[in-house]
Amino acid sequence: MELDSLYQEVILDHYKHPQHKGLSPVYTAQVSHVNTSCGDEITLNLNVENNVITSITWDGQGCSISQASVSMLSDLVTDKTLEQADAIVKSFSELMASKGTAAGDPEILEDAVVFAGVSKFPGRVKCALLGWMAFKDAAIQSQGESK
Amino acid sequence: MSFSVAQVRKDFPIFERTIRDGKRLVYLDSGATAQKPWVVINAESDFYSKHNAAVHRGAHQLAEEATDAYEGAREMVATFIGGQESEVIFTKSATESINLVAYAMGNAQPGNRFALSASDSIVVTEMEHHANLIPWQQLAARTGAQLKWFNVTQDSRLDLSNIDQVITANTKVVAVTHQSNVLGTINPLDAIVRRAHEVGAVVVLDACQSVPHMSVNVAELDVDFLAFSGHKAVGPTGVGVLWGKAELLDELPPFLTGGSMIENVTMTTATWAPVPQKFEAGVPNMAQAVGLGAACKYLSELGMDAVREHEIALTGYALEKMSSIEGIRIVGPLENVARGATVSFTLADIHPHDIGQYVDSQGVAVRTGHHCAWPLARAMNVPATTRASFYLYNDERDVDALVEALLGVRKYFGRF
Repeated sequence: MELDSLYQEVILDHYKHPQHKGLSPVYTAQVSHVNTSCGDEITLNLNVENNVITSITWDGQGCSISQASVSMLSDLVTDKTLEQADAIVKSFSELMASKGTAAGDPEILEDAVVFAGVSKFPGRVKCALLGWMAFKDAAIQSQGESK
Repeated sequence: MSFSVAQVRKDFPIFERTIRDGKRLVYLDSGATAQKPWVVINAESDFYSKHNAAVHRGAHQLAEEATDAYEGAREMVATFIGGQESEVIFTKSATESINLVAYAMGNAQPGNRFALSASDSIVVTEMEHHANLIPWQQLAARTGAQLKWFNVTQDSRLDLSNIDQVITANTKVVAVTHQSNVLGTINPLDAIVRRAHEVGAVVVLDACQSVPHMSVNVAELDVDFLAFSGHKAVGPTGVGVLWGKAELLDELPPFLTGGSMIENVTMTTATWAPVPQKFEAGVPNMAQAVGLGAACKYLSELGMDAVREHEIALTGYALEKMSSIEGIRIVGPLENVARGATVSFTLADIHPHDIGQYVDSQGVAVRTGHHCAWPLARAMNVPATTRASFYLYNDERDVDALVEALLGVRKYFGRF
């Protein structure tokens, strides 16, 4: 079933047990993003110290894809430098734009390569990117802060 | 019985195709846009292939034929809603129709009955589609007028208990939907129109979800303006209608200005053509208007009372079958009274996007999200819903397919 390429076990697992959910009061940047087509919302707190992401916490509501995606992102970029995180976001964005033609680089994206299936469903790409775009925004703001 | 879904479905070529690897198309998204019958597709196509020319100008046969077709469509629309031809204005969409009224009111100078000031109020409801909310928010912001609204009760009806406090002597406009695009609720217009007219306010009716589904007669409703879109009424996209009472359209200043809408022009001044031309600047969407005329004719021939009766029966069946699903919450009236064939719902804590995705894999097309009525979603305390909207080509098999797909959703997302 093609649906199973979208809803991978690991995605549903993150949806059921979201990581880093619940906002930390300590942050260098806080951003809120909305998916205007469905109303899904996310608030993300990012804390950067000496160019390293020390914590990323979030809260919000959304579909399994958006929630699992931000959960996995949070795991992935914690303890990375802003530059490393930027490369991860770039790689993920390219995967989402691939319309099902790319598999994703497991060296960079680790578990997040399971979202490759999402890129075949144009209506869901925005869901997968919601948290990532919020993070990108927060990272840019934190960069400004730390300089 | 004269109304046969099987016969109706033969008129709509899209039902000849299958969906998602050979599955029967179960189209439950007519609240967003309706499918098109051959007569509409052919009317639009024939206009381009046989009669295309700019209407109301050109000294040639094609221009005459195009004008006849376009004005013939206006006559069909007028007959369909019980108004006069001269009161029917073609726009590009219902959204434009409502914006036309709101912007034209904003153009009214002191002394004109539509002129608004800070001491006036505009009344809307909490269940409006953004298209019948934001134009009024903006008009209020531009003029300083106060925006007031009726709340929605937990049983999905308008709370009119404070009608005399909401609609007051200062109220100039009451903009309300005939039928909610989310809840399916059909609003009691009598009380609203009576109170509005008592204080000298005009009633602007958003009839997008009613005109395609039931017999709507502007004279009987006694509203002052009515807007609907062609594409939700089996017509083409790119055409909407604004109907208004003749004497009000006469007094309302123009919105878009330019060619076709003038009487006389000098380098510094212009006077306006009579209604409806005053509100139809530029070469209009002729082929789409002609297609809408064909759509109104098609619906008239089926009979709007028969369509409504069919939808009432189908809604009753859908409410009964859907209510039996564990964990479902119907967001809208539970009783099949004063409601249309739009059934929004939530299912356990499964997100509507995930529900929509799964049922799509079974060939069932629904809409998910806030349905362009974000304040309503907040009022009903749901971040989003899934919406099944039924129409004349749907039958009990479609309801059964939806219910089966929803049981599948529970199973699929219950597996982790």
